[in-house]
Amino acid sequence: MSTGIGARVKRKEDKRFITGQGRYTDDVRVDNQAYAAFVRSPHAHAKVTSIDKSEAEAAEGVIAVLDGRQLTGDGIGNLICGWAVSSKDGSPMNMGPWSALATDRVRYVGDAVAVVIAETKQQARDAAELVAVEYEELPVVASSTAALEDGAVQVHDNAPGNIVFDWEIGDEAATDAALAGAAHVTEMRVVNNRLSPNPMEPRSAVAIYDSAEDHYTLYTTSQNPHVARLVLSAFYNVAPEHKLRVIAPDVGGGFGAKIYIYPEEITCLWASMKTGRSVKWTADRSEAFVTDAHGRDHVTHARMGFDANGKIVGFKVDTHANLGAYMSLFSSATPTYLYATLLSGQYDIQNIYGNVKGIYTNTVPVDAYRGAGRPEATFLVERTMETAAREMGMDPAELRRRNFIGSFPHQTPVIMTYDAGDFAGNLDMGQAAADVAGFPARKAEAASRGKLRGLGYSCYIEACGIAPSAAVGSLGAGVGLWESAEVRVNPVGTIEILTGSHSHGQGHETTFAQIVGERFGLPIENVSIVHGDTDKVQFGMGTYGSRSGAVGMSAIVKAMDKVEAKVKKIAAHVLEASEDDIVIEGGAVKVAGTDKQMLWHEVGLAAYTAHNLPAGMEPGLKETAFYDPVNFTFPAGCYIAEVEVDPETGVTKIIQFTAADDFGTVINPMIVEGQVHGGAAQGIGQAMLEGVVYDEDGQLLTGSYMDYCMPRADDVPFYRIEHNKTICPGNPLGMKGCGEAGAIGTPPAIINAITDAIGNNDLQMPATPLKVWTALQAAQKPMAAE
Amino acid sequence: MTKVSMKVNGKAVSRDVPDNTLLVEFLREQLRLTGTHVGCDTSQCGACTVHVNGRAIKSCTQLAVSLEGAEVTTIEGIANDGELHPMQVAFNDHHGLQCGFCTPGMIMAGIDMVNRYQAQGKDLTEEAIRFELEGNLCRCTGYHNIVKAIDDAAGKMTGMARAAE
Ligand code: FES
Ligand code: FES
Repeated sequence: MSTGIGARVKRKEDKRFITGQGRYTDDVRVDNQAYAAFVRSPHAHAKVTSIDKSEAEAAEGVIAVLDGRQLTGDGIGNLICGWAVSSKDGSPMNMGPWSALATDRVRYVGDAVAVVIAETKQQARDAAELVAVEYEELPVVASSTAALEDGAVQVHDNAPGNIVFDWEIGDEAATDAALAGAAHVTEMRVVNNRLSPNPMEPRSAVAIYDSAEDHYTLYTTSQNPHVARLVLSAFYNVAPEHKLRVIAPDVGGGFGAKIYIYPEEITCLWASMKTGRSVKWTADRSEAFVTDAHGRDHVTHARMGFDANGKIVGFKVDTHANLGAYMSLFSSATPTYLYATLLSGQYDIQNIYGNVKGIYTNTVPVDAYRGAGRPEATFLVERTMETAAREMGMDPAELRRRNFIGSFPHQTPVIMTYDAGDFAGNLDMGQAAADVAGFPARKAEAASRGKLRGLGYSCYIEACGIAPSAAVGSLGAGVGLWESAEVRVNPVGTIEILTGSHSHGQGHETTFAQIVGERFGLPIENVSIVHGDTDKVQFGMGTYGSRSGAVGMSAIVKAMDKVEAKVKKIAAHVLEASEDDIVIEGGAVKVAGTDKQMLWHEVGLAAYTAHNLPAGMEPGLKETAFYDPVNFTFPAGCYIAEVEVDPETGVTKIIQFTAADDFGTVINPMIVEGQVHGGAAQGIGQAMLEGVVYDEDGQLLTGSYMDYCMPRADDVPFYRIEHNKTICPGNPLGMKGCGEAGAIGTPPAIINAITDAIGNNDLQMPATPLKVWTALQAAQKPMAAE
Repeated sequence: MTKVSMKVNGKAVSRDVPDNTLLVEFLREQLRLTGTHVGCDTSQCGACTVHVNGRAIKSCTQLAVSLEGAEVTTIEGIANDGELHPMQVAFNDHHGLQCGFCTPGMIMAGIDMVNRYQAQGKDLTEEAIRFELEGNLCRCTGYHNIVKAIDDAAGKMTGMARAAE
């Protein structure tokens, strides 16, 4: 069976997981292990007036009780946001200070003020209850709307009006003029509901300080261990990079929440130095709800104008993005450069203007969650298109077709240059697979049973493979977003790939081996993938933004190019042939057209024995590459949802869900489909079930699985998935990325289907039975009154 | 501290533990069987699912000391002499896992539901699998391939003696 590109190869990594031998951070236990428990603010906004640690310090098993003054006193730096976004007047964003342990003021429920280190987890928790913190409560702003009110309390003194930035993109005057001349204008108010990412493995850290070497090791639940090490060193002053090893072993899902470096990891590292003990902390789920960065939380007003033929003439967008109480690592980029740059969707729109205000509130920090900005853009664009079609009495698919971009490259007015795509082809494929032609009959049949059927489209596009370093640098990113790889061919011919990408469910141990096996004609069993350890892997920017394929695998390809070149030189020398005649095939290195060959492992051995190498060649067979992408990649597709609403109860059932995705080259369709399944379930969660709710005092009302509704197996359908393949011209494998599409494309398809069923366009997520029923009643009222 | 003795994966074990020790803590911390996971603190995620006396339970909801004399099977104990259980094989065959964190609980719940339905002579339909998974959360797979895996394993488990578990 082929294991090459395009083969449905079963995962190599599964064995350890299905036998219970996965090794996650909380499974790590080291000598001298102590446990941390955090003392957290019960108030959303308060001054800390005193901390009395004496009772806790005297409790059984307690090693130390540490607070924010000690932490800052030791020179541990404030947490930072790594992407500088400027306001439209040119002023820099107003970043307020964020200490890993608050010193004088707490700004959200869950803000940590102290940490207890004890012999056992239970002792640490019990003692944390004994730390007596006195607070002086302050007024609270728990939503972006409340934060913008006149006279609202200031979350940070240096952010007047609670505005972090007031950013714009596009040409406002031209867009206004286009809208003024439009034959039809569709106005939308869209709320993109706040979500909690909820990887099933809670965050965890094990920090180990070695006083003999003044060296730290951190096991942690990270999607990007090198970035963690960089930030911990350069900004938080925990230790210089060569004195800090970060290991992200098996990680139980990330979805963005495990990109950032949080107060807990910083505190554990520092506390391990303070106490001379290894310090371990693992979040409870309820702790995860108040510490993992939340996602989305946009309130948007938008106007889209059309000419008499249904051609879009302008799109104006005004978004309030809730950033929470502090600026998380990429929080500024998510609602700006990852959002408003996709406002053109799949459509040829000449005039776009977006204004985004980033807003402080007394809530958990908000940052990238699967899709990060692009789901918000897609939801807005696709809800608006569907609504406009209904308002203009047009078929929503036809309205999209009239506006699709048809030639590439295409420059949008909002930075992006789309390099390739087949938007009409995706729609055709989706419509055929979903049997849209048969929908009227199915709708009639449902009606005969008293049920309301609806069909909704979503034609999404995303910018992935994040991203060219120079481009993101010019937009304010503090880091380059390349990826690195090392290909080590051993003397016996087996191969280790050291990659800066991190797998926390994506199956890299299989797919990365597939591209290597295919290239050199080797069984994938002979290829192993090493990742997640800063002492092993040279460097890496990690996994997010669907970048492991388009960027991470491209780096591997570049390193393999170098290996191949050296292999050919060695073989040509040994076989006394011209390098140009050497081919690598089926595990052998051959002189084309002859029977002269060396087996793959013979070349490996020759490279290391170095007895007979070309003059001047270095021994060994190991190459490194850093790959910097030339552009974002642009996965796109068409999702079609068909739902049935029970008008008596508002209960909505997804009857059929179809995804036609264009991810470019697909290495392993089984894994890619799995990514879409999972993303779609998260999209269904956002559309119908999930929502973080704060009361106006800033108390989190959805702090456990009792209140925050996660998608369960009976909430979701089987998914039908089709692949269109336009090759991405920007990278050697032609890949676009598939990790986020499901979460990006799904919510508007679902809401468009439900609003189609109930005949009311005004429906916000999550579309719970109550909301659907209420919207249905509102839609039926005029008829009842007649 | 109370002394508790039970049989875990066929082996007699005995430990002195604090009275409030949960079974999942007993397994993970005392016995270092870390395949059983903790994903929540409200008994909803099912990552901690194990078998006690042949039935699936959430090990985060039982005190270790209440299980004196019990027979406990964890994810580490279902392969037979190195031969994987059909449910384990099916999860690999159908790509029923991504990050693997929910997987031990899913597999233990899957085996239990197949056993129960087969004992009662009931058909384990797709709807039934989804209904039975009510107490097991997965954030990665969208459940599609988990449902397929359990369905496939159910076929292969037909006729497997329950006692063989
Ligand atoms: S840990 Fe037991 S149900 Fe979540
Ligand atoms: S595979 Fe990751 S939670 Fe299920």
